[in-house]
Amino acid sequence: MKQLVGKYARKLVDAGLAEDGAPVVGGLDDELVWNRRDARCSELAKVFSGLNINALLFSLPAEPYRSMIDYLASMATVTDGVIRPTDTETRTILHDLPVVEAFDAGEIMAALERRKCAVLPGHGVVTWGMVSPEQAFVFYSSVCFACFVKFMSDYLADRKSGRVSRRQRRVMDTVMQHIDLLPSEPPALMRAPFLSERAIYHAVSQAGRMTVEYGLVDSFFGNVSLRCGDTLYISQTTSSLDELDGCIDPCPLDGSSCAGITASSELTAHREIVQRTEMNAILHGHPKFSVILSMDCEKTDCAFRGQCHIRCPESRFIEDIPIVPGEVGTGPHGLCHTLPPAMEGRRGVIVYGHGLFTVGREDFNEAFAGLLAIERLCQETYLRMVS
Amino acid sequence: MNGWLGSILHVDLTDGTHSVEHPAAATYQAWIGGKGLAGHYLYPHATRSWDAPGMPLIFMTGPLVGTSAPTSGRMCIMSRSPLTGTIGDASVGGSLGIELKQAGFDGIVISGSSQRPCGIEITPGSVLIREASALSGMGTGELHIRLKDKGAVATAGPAAESGVLFANIVVDGAHCAGRNGLGLLFSAKNLKYLTIKGSGRVPVHDPDGLRQAREDIFRLIAASPVLLGELGIAQFGTGALYDLMNNRRMMPTANFRQTVFAPAPSMNAAAYKRRYMPKRSGCRGCHILCKKVARDGTLIPEFETMSHFSALLLNEDIDVVTKANSICNNLGMDTISAAATLACYAEMEGERLSGERILSLLDAIGHGHGIGRELGQGSFRYAAAKGEPGVSISVKRQELPAYDPRGAYGMALGYATSTRGGCHLRAYPISHEILRKPVATDRFSFAGKARIIKIAEDCNAVVDSLTACKFVFFGASLEEYAKAFTAVTGVETTTQELMRAGERIYYNERIMNALNGFTDADDDLPPRFFEDEGSSGNDMRIAPLDRKEFLRTRARYYRVRGLDQKGMPVSEKAAQLGLQWTA
Ligand SMILES: [Zn+2]
Repeated sequence: MKQLVGKYARKLVDAGLAEDGAPVVGGLDDELVWNRRDARCSELAKVFSGLNINALLFSLPAEPYRSMIDYLASMATVTDGVIRPTDTETRTILHDLPVVEAFDAGEIMAALERRKCAVLPGHGVVTWGMVSPEQAFVFYSSVCFACFVKFMSDYLADRKSGRVSRRQRRVMDTVMQHIDLLPSEPPALMRAPFLSERAIYHAVSQAGRMTVEYGLVDSFFGNVSLRCGDTLYISQTTSSLDELDGCIDPCPLDGSSCAGITASSELTAHREIVQRTEMNAILHGHPKFSVILSMDCEKTDCAFRGQCHIRCPESRFIEDIPIVPGEVGTGPHGLCHTLPPAMEGRRGVIVYGHGLFTVGREDFNEAFAGLLAIERLCQETYLRMVS
Repeated sequence: MNGWLGSILHVDLTDGTHSVEHPAAATYQAWIGGKGLAGHYLYPHATRSWDAPGMPLIFMTGPLVGTSAPTSGRMCIMSRSPLTGTIGDASVGGSLGIELKQAGFDGIVISGSSQRPCGIEITPGSVLIREASALSGMGTGELHIRLKDKGAVATAGPAAESGVLFANIVVDGAHCAGRNGLGLLFSAKNLKYLTIKGSGRVPVHDPDGLRQAREDIFRLIAASPVLLGELGIAQFGTGALYDLMNNRRMMPTANFRQTVFAPAPSMNAAAYKRRYMPKRSGCRGCHILCKKVARDGTLIPEFETMSHFSALLLNEDIDVVTKANSICNNLGMDTISAAATLACYAEMEGERLSGERILSLLDAIGHGHGIGRELGQGSFRYAAAKGEPGVSISVKRQELPAYDPRGAYGMALGYATSTRGGCHLRAYPISHEILRKPVATDRFSFAGKARIIKIAEDCNAVVDSLTACKFVFFGASLEEYAKAFTAVTGVETTTQELMRAGERIYYNERIMNALNGFTDADDDLPPRFFEDEGSSGNDMRIAPLDRKEFLRTRARYYRVRGLDQKGMPVSEKAAQLGLQWTA
């Protein structure tokens, strides 16, 4: 437990979601352990004693998240005290983000009784896990992602309608100081042909790791696959793209084994793509600006407003990249129905409010270059739109 | 009241009377429904023998059943287990729960014992007890065909009449209330069947809120590869787990002497799909439809059955597995216990059972013929009588399911602490140890597992009380179900408040078991798992469990659960949960 709380505290810092020394992560089996001593541990310990959880994470987010989260939280407190982002991660997992005004065990518990996080303006974000500190880490990073996307989306919309407040602009100035432009050159990744199964696993792992290193996913979510012969090698569900060793499932394309039951929830979409197109390598991440622009639609009188993520009837593009609706997985509104047909003849497709899929013919070089170029394009486009 | 109907039917088979009780709202809120409420009704009788006339057999639904909340129409059946002597319960799907609600009841408590074989028939406004001597000896399949016009059907089969300690109750001819031998309660009460037909509606407090909660739950089900993924249980049935268990080297083989079964790749769910081209089927109101039925109506075996009737018995013929499943269902007996008892017998006899022999032994058990009469007492009693209790791979005399605990340490602890004896479903750590939900944990480590198991037991106690389907929780969580609960009942709640009710429900079960003399000595695994290595290979070592580590983890579990060092309840903790315990 001690080792796990340390690991996820470090990962928050490495991911740029918290400053060094900020995260406090606690794990509880029969005894409570913390990653470090902190004056606030005694208050947080009270939270543990009131809830059936085994991990608790508290941290002040690093910039630019901190300013955005504080802004959204203060806006929420003048209404019903809840931040409501509309990206896929929030919709599926977090539902909404309750705001708690005081660093007080009772108030934090009241929020965590029903939701996975509590946002404390000026103090930080609290999340929990029921089986592992990893869950708390995932929820925390989802909060950062969701708030980034919401702040930037709202700003863009307000900018277009000329309603940007002075405070919003100040926050945006801070954000701008902390946004790094993406590199223009992709890394050199392993090249096809892959002569052994070991080489295939390495190639998939490497693609995942570099996607994280280049900042093209939020908090390690996404999925990666490579088809070799009659097998699709795909990252497992809830795996971290930077730690794919041992987390890649070989799925025979003839359906002769269910061993890939632990594969990514997007297995069907990946399989359909490799079977429909000439492409064999697929990368999927949640790069922020692609997600933000996918939700930027000016058709305010659309009959499907509010259901864009499943019913958008428009044929929308960012340059040559289609934007399609679709939810995670294989339900009636699943992206497995919308994404594969849209991918035919394209280098990438953005799923509304969710993320970006790109493809390559034989190895991950082309797919990675696509992911990087499209997110760069979205980043530049966004910055131009708000400048 | 919304969600709950406020009426519990009591039937006394000794004098053929019935009455309706209207419990207070506070009782419902404290116990939720299903397993929780059933435990509340069992408690006053907990120390009676299972075959005493005063021992109740309890059928209990939850507040969500009969509404549009995803529940698969499940309900809990509870009494004292003839097999283990612990509390005995099963969550069962089909249509019984929904019909019961529509007939105006949250539950039925059956006590007493009829002079002659009888059936209970419930229709709106009427409860009839009918003479049923003519149905004696009939299989559950035929019973279902004969009775299905009367609505949902629960029956016991010939195995119950033969005194098999792992006899099931079978709902709608296909859904087994398995483990624990609850079918024997039917024969103790001389009850042959229960049918229910309803016509009413279940009132819902906030239909819009329920629609939203349902949408959130469906979204998570769709996002779960295990549920709706193309290799998941909607497509392949629960047998979808089969390949994975073998690949993870934790498929119980040859009575748990090995953990890999070489022929497994040709006996997996895909092989059944090719061979039988099954249709999807399932519980009423469920869209996952995890049951698979061949064109001729034969049920395709569930994962545990597939695994134990192949690997555990070293049987390489899938037709034998399917036939064994049909025989067990029709005779009304638990497939896990039946297969594991045969595996224990095979090991003791030093015999590899042929397919034919497996099927004929099952028949002998179900009808109480010859050696079948001894084997019908379960592997523990059989092996112990021959002086070799260690060959029975069981916990609290109940045979273990198809996850070798040497390959998942949380499962090792979960088997030991389960209040109904060797069972994977109380804590289902396979979810995170193997299936990576909600996130992966280290399956070869006991670290953190004490609290994880305790929390999961509480959580599943809530699921069994709502009553919902555990599979849905591969995707959704109590967070979404708390919303559904509030929308249905109008009672404000939170995830954590439900968890506290779950803790009360589980602690109540520990208390009932303690009243029957269960201690830490019973929260243990067979010696084999601490002494023998599994089938290591492929850079994966399946080491024997470290006994000291196991005991330390169990001690941690007792502390987290609020029990003393002997695993006994503590009066302060009981009082805190609104329960009673005097040592
Ligand atoms: Zn995604």
